[in-house]
Amino acid sequence: MAKADLSAAWIFFFLTLPCVFHPERMLWLLFFLVSAIHAELCQPGAENAFKVRLSIRTALGDKAYAWDTNEEYLFKAMVAFSMRKVPNREATEISHVLLCNVTQRVSFWFVVTDPSKNHTLPAVEVQSAIRMNKNRINNAFFLNDQTLEFLKIPSTLAPPMDPSVPIWIIIFGVIFCIVIVAIALLILSGIWQRRRKNKEPSEVDDAEDKCENMITIENGIPSDPLDMKGGHINDAFMTEDERLTPL
Amino acid sequence: MAHAPEPDPAASGLGDERPKWDNKAQYLLSCIGFAVGLGNIWRFPYLCQTYGGGAFLIPYVIALVFEGIPIFHVELAIGQRLRKGSVGVWTAISPYLSGVGLGCVTLSFLISLYYNTIVAWVLWYLLNSFQHPLPWSSCPPDLNRTATSVSPSQPWAQKEVKGHLSPKGQCCEQPRETELKSHVVRVPTPHSQPVTGPLVSGFVEECQGSSAVSYFWYRQTLNITADINDSGSIQWWLLICLAASWAVVYMCVIRGIETTGKVIYFTALFPYLVLTIFLIRGLTLPGATKGLIYLFTPNMHILQNPRVWLDAATQIFFSLSLAFGGHIAFASYNSPRNDCQKDAVVIALVNSMTSLYASIAVFSVLGFKATNDYEHCLDRNILSLINEFDFPEQSISRDDYPAVLMHLNATWPKRVAQLPLKACLLEDFLDKSASGPGLAFIVFTETVLHMPGAPVWAVLFFGMLFTLGLSTMFGTVEAVITPLLDVGVLPRWVPKEALTGLVCLVCFLSATCFTLQSGNYWLEIFDNFAASLNLLMLAFLEVVGVVYVYGMKRFCDDIAWMTGRRPSPYWRLTWRVVSPLLLLTIFVAYIILLFWKPLSYKAWNPKYELFPSRQEKLYPGWVRAACVLLSLLPVLWVPVAALAQLLTRRRWTWRDRDARPDTDMRLDTDTRPDTDTRPDTDTR
Repeated sequence: MAKADLSAAWIFFFLTLPCVFHPERMLWLLFFLVSAIHAELCQPGAENAFKVRLSIRTALGDKAYAWDTNEEYLFKAMVAFSMRKVPNREATEISHVLLCNVTQRVSFWFVVTDPSKNHTLPAVEVQSAIRMNKNRINNAFFLNDQTLEFLKIPSTLAPPMDPSVPIWIIIFGVIFCIVIVAIALLILSGIWQRRRKNKEPSEVDDAEDKCENMITIENGIPSDPLDMKGGHINDAFMTEDERLTPL
Repeated sequence: MAHAPEPDPAASGLGDERPKWDNKAQYLLSCIGFAVGLGNIWRFPYLCQTYGGGAFLIPYVIALVFEGIPIFHVELAIGQRLRKGSVGVWTAISPYLSGVGLGCVTLSFLISLYYNTIVAWVLWYLLNSFQHPLPWSSCPPDLNRTATSVSPSQPWAQKEVKGHLSPKGQCCEQPRETELKSHVVRVPTPHSQPVTGPLVSGFVEECQGSSAVSYFWYRQTLNITADINDSGSIQWWLLICLAASWAVVYMCVIRGIETTGKVIYFTALFPYLVLTIFLIRGLTLPGATKGLIYLFTPNMHILQNPRVWLDAATQIFFSLSLAFGGHIAFASYNSPRNDCQKDAVVIALVNSMTSLYASIAVFSVLGFKATNDYEHCLDRNILSLINEFDFPEQSISRDDYPAVLMHLNATWPKRVAQLPLKACLLEDFLDKSASGPGLAFIVFTETVLHMPGAPVWAVLFFGMLFTLGLSTMFGTVEAVITPLLDVGVLPRWVPKEALTGLVCLVCFLSATCFTLQSGNYWLEIFDNFAASLNLLMLAFLEVVGVVYVYGMKRFCDDIAWMTGRRPSPYWRLTWRVVSPLLLLTIFVAYIILLFWKPLSYKAWNPKYELFPSRQEKLYPGWVRAACVLLSLLPVLWVPVAALAQLLTRRRWTWRDRDARPDTDMRLDTDTRPDTDTRPDTDTR
């Protein structure tokens, strides 16, 4: 407010100066007036003003661009573009967006004024306009929601990408089916093995019967009929040996 | 005795010759797989870290040499010699000690219930690792339309915002009005400003209060209640994971060691492969060496604390999975002439080496995590300073930060004071230790998020935990099945697959209680009370039973017959004196420590004032009764069986005395039913 008083004082001084009424000086007067009013509207912490913070080097590293007046112009254009999307604000121009307090950080404050440039647009409108178009603004500067921050304007989260069937159920289904099939195969193979084993003893029994018949035919020495070692070992002799304990 | 191959009389219960291992490697891998379990990954590194790093190895090795290896040798020897599961073995040693075998079977049953639940949890995480981004990387948005306050974004809030934006970090295009209302990020703030805009809401509150990883574990996995009294409902996703785990276990033990022996090649060796991968990866991560140096630097003073020795002894005991009956079962399938002494030493050493190897891998990864957290802490502070004073980006490096902070504090103390600056010390982050499921499901899952290619590492890690748990389950389930087969619970015509299936089904149905919302609390009870005390008591009875009831001389003769040499004085001394004494000391110390303070548990209560710290609550009366029951039940078999045997003998004596009054029937421990399994020394 002190600034406004000061500029008002200057204006008064110029107006009251005699022989000062000169076109050039009028232009300078107008310039001072306009910049004074602008300074008044756009101030850190002013009503309806927003602070913006960019982290260009964090986002782009080596490919970071320098923040100069051209970038500021683009920013103003984007904000004006966003405001034009709001009903009743289609007449917003780039000159209606005021920037101030640009720091090295890079951070600055901005306001959007109405066509009369006397007062600023309500914060709610600016906020909703920015949020609607945050994606476009981010893209224009190759930044994202973390590196281009509008303090006091929270960003919108993307809706969670929930697939219709959670992935884990699919993988679970696959694994479970494989396990069930493997169990079934193992059980079946066990049953077949057992059936084969049940057939074998009956065959062996037949062989035993035949051999027993052979004993009666043989000499009378009780040879072990199951020992099919090609006749190398005389089992009648062997049984004698086993009674001796080895040393 | 005939030289012809002896049909094993003990196999009469199986209806077949006793199954054999295909080769020695299968047997060794099965025992190693059984011994090496989840505890090697998440208990040993924690103990190492808490108890002075490298200094912990001293009590650990001493416990291994004087307690672990001797008892392990006893188990392998009696299993191999008597060629039966735990019930048969103890009945053979002395009918009065058959309760020890029954206790082992009951204990293995109880342990298999909760151990496979942990495996089911690991399976759940494994299934959820096949997606990018990982589900525990960010908080889910809250669809509740509650108005909250909005303030200038705090730098430290950016971390929570990060994960849930679309992959390029940009918002959705042209969100509709409804989406605007529901998906706006809420920035936590200490002070509030009046809200003029639309209703805003953000992430789920419980998640923001703790962390995305904790939220995924406590809420989305366990859906835990705040109190053990409140059982809640069965969580269907945990139930199907449990069913799948038991199905996998059944598939692998369906025909006993015939099927286990094939699978064990994979389940026992895969963890080593993954550990090696993690070791190589971990060592190349920044900060790994700092972690290793800090965590292994020995602090010798800690050895004066008796807790260290107690924990070392208990760790070696539980790590080798002694007194389960599983090693007895595995050894019973060996040929009798096998060098069980060498096996015992080899397996025990491999188990300890694995613990060390795992802890190197774990520490290097945790060192990376600590460095990462420390750097994030510094970065957040630096960002606060830069934002507050509008310095150019990246103008303060991490090294300059202390000097710059001091300068700013001197020139603008008030502005600096109102910033949320945290003290960042690397040692603080390195000191944050965790053991048990907390290490795997919270600390490691968070670390994996910071590694490039996170899903791959998550899959590898949980795959390793799954196979580790599975190979331990084989031993635990065999410890139940082999005695049942030997005793002949089911008639001979019932196939083995049916018995195995029945056991797995019963275990699965019993374990469904752990899928309730309060299941995690019950699991801790089972782990603390059912497992520890009973294992100690049964191991003590094992050693004492073999040495003093079976007889040291007879036991040494058996070992000489099996291995070809008599046990050296080291073995005899440890069996006779050192191990039983150590076990008794540990048992007494355990009891004292357990009842030193009132039994309590830590509950996850979002409504707790100090949330996310866990709230300490006392166990209600009925739960305490359950704890006592669990600690006594398995061991109760010992006196019960001894009493039953006594009564049976008395009845025989009275019956015989009535029939033949002159004969003097002594209650002789030599009249054992299965004496023909022991070699008669005259026929050799």
